[in-house]
Amino acid sequence: MIEMEALTKVFGGITAVSEVSLRVEQGDIFGLVGPDGAGKTTLLRMVCGLINPTSGRVTLFGGRQKKDAGNFGYMPQRFSLCGDLTVMENINFFGSLYKLDRKTVRERADEILELTKLSQFKSRFAEDLSGGMKQKLALTCALVIRPGMLILDEPTFGVDPEFRKEFWKILYMLNRDGMTIFVSTPYMDEADLCKKVALLDRGKIVAVGTPDQLKKQIKNKIIEIKADVKDLDFLGELPEVDDASFYGDRYHVSVPVVEPAKISISRLLSEKGIAISFMEEITPSMEDVFVSLTEKEVV
Amino acid sequence: MSRILAILKKEFLQMRRDRLTLGMVFALPLFQLLLFGYAIQTEVKHIPTAVFDQSLSAESRDMMEAFSASGYFDVYYSTGGYAEITNMIDSGRAKVGIIFPPDFSENLKKGDTATVQVLVDASDSMSSSTAIATANAIGLLKSQKIFIQKAQLTNLPYDIRVRPWYNPDGITAYYMVPAILGIIVTMTMVMMTAVAIVRERERGTLEQLMVTPIRSFELMIGKIVPYIGLGYLQITVALLVGALVFHVPIRGSLLELYVLTLFFITASLGLGILISNIAKNQMQAFQMSFFVLLPSIMLSGFLFPREAMPLVIQYIGDIIPLTYYLVIIRGIVLKGIGFPYLVSQVAALLVFSVVLVTLSIIKFKKKIA
Repeated sequence: MIEMEALTKVFGGITAVSEVSLRVEQGDIFGLVGPDGAGKTTLLRMVCGLINPTSGRVTLFGGRQKKDAGNFGYMPQRFSLCGDLTVMENINFFGSLYKLDRKTVRERADEILELTKLSQFKSRFAEDLSGGMKQKLALTCALVIRPGMLILDEPTFGVDPEFRKEFWKILYMLNRDGMTIFVSTPYMDEADLCKKVALLDRGKIVAVGTPDQLKKQIKNKIIEIKADVKDLDFLGELPEVDDASFYGDRYHVSVPVVEPAKISISRLLSEKGIAISFMEEITPSMEDVFVSLTEKEVV
Repeated sequence: MSRILAILKKEFLQMRRDRLTLGMVFALPLFQLLLFGYAIQTEVKHIPTAVFDQSLSAESRDMMEAFSASGYFDVYYSTGGYAEITNMIDSGRAKVGIIFPPDFSENLKKGDTATVQVLVDASDSMSSSTAIATANAIGLLKSQKIFIQKAQLTNLPYDIRVRPWYNPDGITAYYMVPAILGIIVTMTMVMMTAVAIVRERERGTLEQLMVTPIRSFELMIGKIVPYIGLGYLQITVALLVGALVFHVPIRGSLLELYVLTLFFITASLGLGILISNIAKNQMQAFQMSFFVLLPSIMLSGFLFPREAMPLVIQYIGDIIPLTYYLVIIRGIVLKGIGFPYLVSQVAALLVFSVVLVTLSIIKFKKKIA
C-alpha cells in the first residue's frame, strides 16, 4: 500500500528523517514508534504529500491510484477540524470536499458515529467536545470517504488511557474489515498493539518487525524491581547490570545473566536499607526493546 | 465547482457564527464614518487668538473687528505685554497673537505703512497655514479699500472669479466620506483576509484540507468570495451613512460605483492573501497589514494632496490600490463622472488584482513546508 524508498527530509541543515525505507502492506496495522522529535510527523507528512522529501521516493497504492482521489484518510496530530462547526457540519463539509452527496454522507456518518459512540453529539460544536471525542470526530471525518487506508499521526496523544483503549478497539474493528492502518505513536505500550512496528529514533529506522520479532532481538534479560525508594539509578553502576531505567512505578534493569545480577542487586539494596517488594525476570516490553536498541545505536 | 461551494458554505456558516467579527463588519463603517466624518475638517476655523493692542485707537479696533469677523480668529485674550502673548502661545492657550504697535493709528493717518505683527504657532501646520493665509488676505482687503478711496476708483482693474465646482460650499465631509469608505474597505479586506487565512493555518485546518482533493485555486476562491460579499455590505452601510447623515450627494451612477468597486476589493483581497501566505502567525499578519494600511492613509491622497508630495513619494503612492480607488469613488460620487474618465484607474486596479492573486496562488501550492 505504501512504499518508502530512502525517504529523507532536511530542514535547514537538520536532518529530520534520514533514508527511511519501509513497506506498509495491505491489511497491516503498521506502527511508527518513536519518542518526540524522532521525525514521525515529518515522515507521515511526506507520505501524505503535504511536504516534498529532500530525496527519496514514496509510492502509494503501487502508484496506480492518484492520491488525490481520496483513497486514504489522514488524521493530523493536532485537532484540525473547524471548532465553530458542529460535529455533523464538519462531517458534511468533509464529505462535500470529496463530492459525496448529502445522503451518502449522512448514511455513512450514522454508521461511523455509532461505531465511535458520537451519535448523540451530532449537533454539538466541535470545540465543545472533550479531547478524546475530538479525536474520534477527526477519525469519523477521515472515514466518511471510505478510504482503503488510514494514516494517523499520534491519534491518542494527550488523551486519557480509557479513551486510548477505546480508540484502539475502533482501529482493530476497522482493520478486521480490511482497513490498512499506518499509525504513529510515542507510546511504547501501543507499539505492542500493532501488527508490525518500525522504531524511529532521531530520524532513522532502528528496527522493523512484529512486536514479537523485535522482543527476540534483544539478548539481555529484563528484571523488574519494585522497591520502597523511587530512585534506583545507582543500580546501573553494578558490574552485573548493563542498564537501569525507570518504568512507571517500577524499575527495569537490563542484565546479561539473571541470577548473579539478582544477588548483587539485593545485596546492594539491603546495604542501603531499601526494602524490595518485587524482583522477577519478565518478558521484555517494547520499551525495553526500544531502550536497548537505541542504546546500541548511540554506542 | 462543488468543492468551491463546499468551502463557501463552510465560510458562511463560520462567519454567521462569529458574531463579533460580523458586528465589526457593520460597526466599522458606521462608527468610523460618524467619527471621522465629523472630526476631520481640513478647514480650520475659530483659532484662539490673543491681542496686544498698544495703539488703542479706532483704527486698531477696526482691524481687530476684521479679524474676528472672518470667523477664523476668536479673540479670547487681551493682553498687556509682549511677554504675556509669548506665554499664551508657548502654553498653547492661544495659537495666534496679534500685536498693534503704539504708532499704528498715527502711521495710518500719515499715509505711512501701518504694521500689524501676527504671531502664528506653526507647530501645527494645518491651522497655521489657514491663519497665515487669512491674515494676509485681511491685510490685502483692508489696503484695497483704502486704495480705492484714495485713487477714487469705482471698480478694480482685475476681477478673478473663482467657481469651486463639485463642492461649491467646500464641505469637507463630501470629500472625506467617500475616501473613508475606501480606507474601511482596505482595512477589512486586507486585514481580515490575511488574519483569517493565517488563523486557519495556525489551527491546522489547512493541513487537513490539503490532503483532500481540493485544488489551491478552489480553496482561494472559496475563501475570497465571502469577503467580497462583506466588502459590499460595508460599502452599502458607508454609502447610506454618507447620504443620510452627511448628505453627501451621489452624483454618478451607483451601479457603476458598485461594479468598479469590485476591482478595488479584489486588489485589496489579493494583498490580504499575499500577506497571509508570507506571515507565519496572526501577529505577523496584523503587523504586515498595518504596513499596508498606513501608507494607504498617508500617501494615497486620502488626507494630503498627492500633488504636494515629492515625486518619489508619488511613485510609492502609485503602487497603492487606494490611490486609484479614491479617484474612482470621488469621481463618481462628487463629480458624477463615469467609466470613460476612469479607465486608467480601473486598469491599474485590474493589474493589481491579477498580479497579487496569481502570486498568492503560486505561493500557496498546497504544501505546508
